[in-house]
Amino acid sequence: MISKRQFFMSLEKVRKINGRSVYVPGNDMDTDRIIPARFMKCVTFDGLGEYLFYDVRKDLDGNDKNHPLNEPRYFGASVLISNANFGCGSSREHAPQALYRYGFRAVIAESFAEIFFGNCCALGMPCVVATQESIKSLAELINAVPETEVSIDVVNSEVCAGDLKFAVDIPSGAKKSLMNGKWDPIAELQEAEEPIAHLVTELGYLKRN
Amino acid sequence: MMAKNLFQKVWDAHAVRVLANGQTQLLIGTHLIHEVTSPQAFGMLRDLGMKVKYPERTFATVDHIVPTDQREQPFSDPLADAMIKELAKNVEEFGITYFDLSTGKQGIVHVVGPEQGITQPGTTIACGDSHTATHGAFGAIAFGIGTTQVRDVLATQTIALGKLKVRRINVEGSLRPGVYAKDVALHIIALLGAKGGIGYAYEYGGSLFDSFSMEERMTVCNMAIEGGARCGYVNPDQKTFDYLKGRPYAPSDDDWESVVDKWQSIASDPDCAYDDIVNISAEDIAPTVTWGVSPDQGFSIEGKIPDPMEQTDENERLSIQEAISYMKLEPGQPIKGTKIDVAFLGSCTNGRLSDFREVAKYIKGHKVSPGVKAIAVPGSQIVDAIAKQEGLDKIFNDAGFEWRAAGCSMCLAMNPDKLVGDQLCASSSNRNFKGRQGSPTGRTILMSPVMVAAAAVSGKVSDAREIFQFDAV
Repeated sequence: MISKRQFFMSLEKVRKINGRSVYVPGNDMDTDRIIPARFMKCVTFDGLGEYLFYDVRKDLDGNDKNHPLNEPRYFGASVLISNANFGCGSSREHAPQALYRYGFRAVIAESFAEIFFGNCCALGMPCVVATQESIKSLAELINAVPETEVSIDVVNSEVCAGDLKFAVDIPSGAKKSLMNGKWDPIAELQEAEEPIAHLVTELGYLKRN
Repeated sequence: MMAKNLFQKVWDAHAVRVLANGQTQLLIGTHLIHEVTSPQAFGMLRDLGMKVKYPERTFATVDHIVPTDQREQPFSDPLADAMIKELAKNVEEFGITYFDLSTGKQGIVHVVGPEQGITQPGTTIACGDSHTATHGAFGAIAFGIGTTQVRDVLATQTIALGKLKVRRINVEGSLRPGVYAKDVALHIIALLGAKGGIGYAYEYGGSLFDSFSMEERMTVCNMAIEGGARCGYVNPDQKTFDYLKGRPYAPSDDDWESVVDKWQSIASDPDCAYDDIVNISAEDIAPTVTWGVSPDQGFSIEGKIPDPMEQTDENERLSIQEAISYMKLEPGQPIKGTKIDVAFLGSCTNGRLSDFREVAKYIKGHKVSPGVKAIAVPGSQIVDAIAKQEGLDKIFNDAGFEWRAAGCSMCLAMNPDKLVGDQLCASSSNRNFKGRQGSPTGRTILMSPVMVAAAAVSGKVSDAREIFQFDAV
């Protein structure tokens, strides 16, 4: 067990993510697909990485199916690229946990479901929004030259890869949290102990039972 | 004073302060937990040496992993058994109210909250479950959160959140016979898309919602998230207050008048502004079914499977191709007449008493088609008990449904109720994602409970109005 102080000091400032990437195409990539529900029968998040995209990556006998994550040329990718409404559906934090534990450190997509976005941010894993055209160009580049290093500049909201450079959108709250190493909000939330106590009483929550 | 909508009023009242990153620290008045998304949160709490700050504001039940047939513990699935034990340990250690299997009050968390009167107007409600939007039916701001945020609520009773915009969805008029709240939910999602609600709270209103019962309002709010909206709500009215009066956790009779005054005051002001307004005519809504693997891939029961080649947007074309290939359907094929293998009645969308009462009216005298497995799963032990008092279980059993015990059941298949192979399920639940119902190749068609019953007795996707006798309105 680490001390509270160590924990809060240890939050990394997430300013830049550099790494190889992989494009998993598709709109509405739901969290059931990212991590099927049967793998959530667990009381810790350990080991979830193994089951990332399990049912679209593996056949019923556990053999590899045709899926970008199974292609050796994309092995070691730490940036996931996808399309619109990524992470929709269930609120399960198991989904970002599986991505993180598999080795991903950032996701670039056309849009993100909100709960998923917040869950990723709370892990210090940026989700950045790019236009459909930018995603298309990036995907073409990565598919042609998989070893291309993709660089996500969180501070300047920009992605660079080879000769490609495009602007991305990172909502300001998430951006500030990530770049200042405050993406886990618990310490700041705890500071407001007194105003919380006041509000809980004022709104009558302690009377309701 | 500036006119405000309900969302703005509740948000402003619960805002503790603005955080350094510009997000709001929002007080969560009521916190609901279940066995799947809470154990890691308690683990994080322990690692940080923290306690549950307001244990009286968290309520627990068990729903996702409980079997709906064999109820004795230990469960035959050791992983499920470990999860239920973990929850019992956590609520015991931190002094949290727990509606467990022995209380007679256990059930799907979104059925239990309203049933117990825990869900109240003007409150903020969070739960590690995306269908928390259900509670918005009472004029609460209710939304799903991840496990780290569950920890935040346990430790501080607050979370960090950015404010949402508000889209008012007006539905005017009345539904045609055989059209239900579920059809309204599916219709709205098909119209606005699965990502149409990103960044929004949905305020549902208009004469249709005024006329809806609380349970009908819950069905629509439940699926706000399927349209991308993190929460959905209906302004509270006399129906809301009447529903809550006398429930175990509702305000006492002594306080009732003053509390109702307060509840009335949080409804959206008549001249308030919205970020967007959508108008829908209730008469335009047909019995609606999904045909694909996203809840917005839906249409009228008269619909034909779309042709991907007619799509100009490449991603959209790929989505349709992927969906119909997974669903084993052909472009141009009518959805009506598609053979089904399983019929599932239940879930936090449609597992309430009114759902079973409505279906019971029609299935009397009918039999489930041979070869179709049909299950009816009450959303809570209380729904189960009242249904049995009314003899509904017998009506379902006589028609060939298996009447089960309360839980999430086949909505998400974290329990023994699962599809097998590529079985096709007519389902009253909320998600038709690939593999959602427990088999990696299982297929789901979402529809209203009465449409599920029509599919069950005909053995195929059917228009309930052609299978059962509906009274003309």
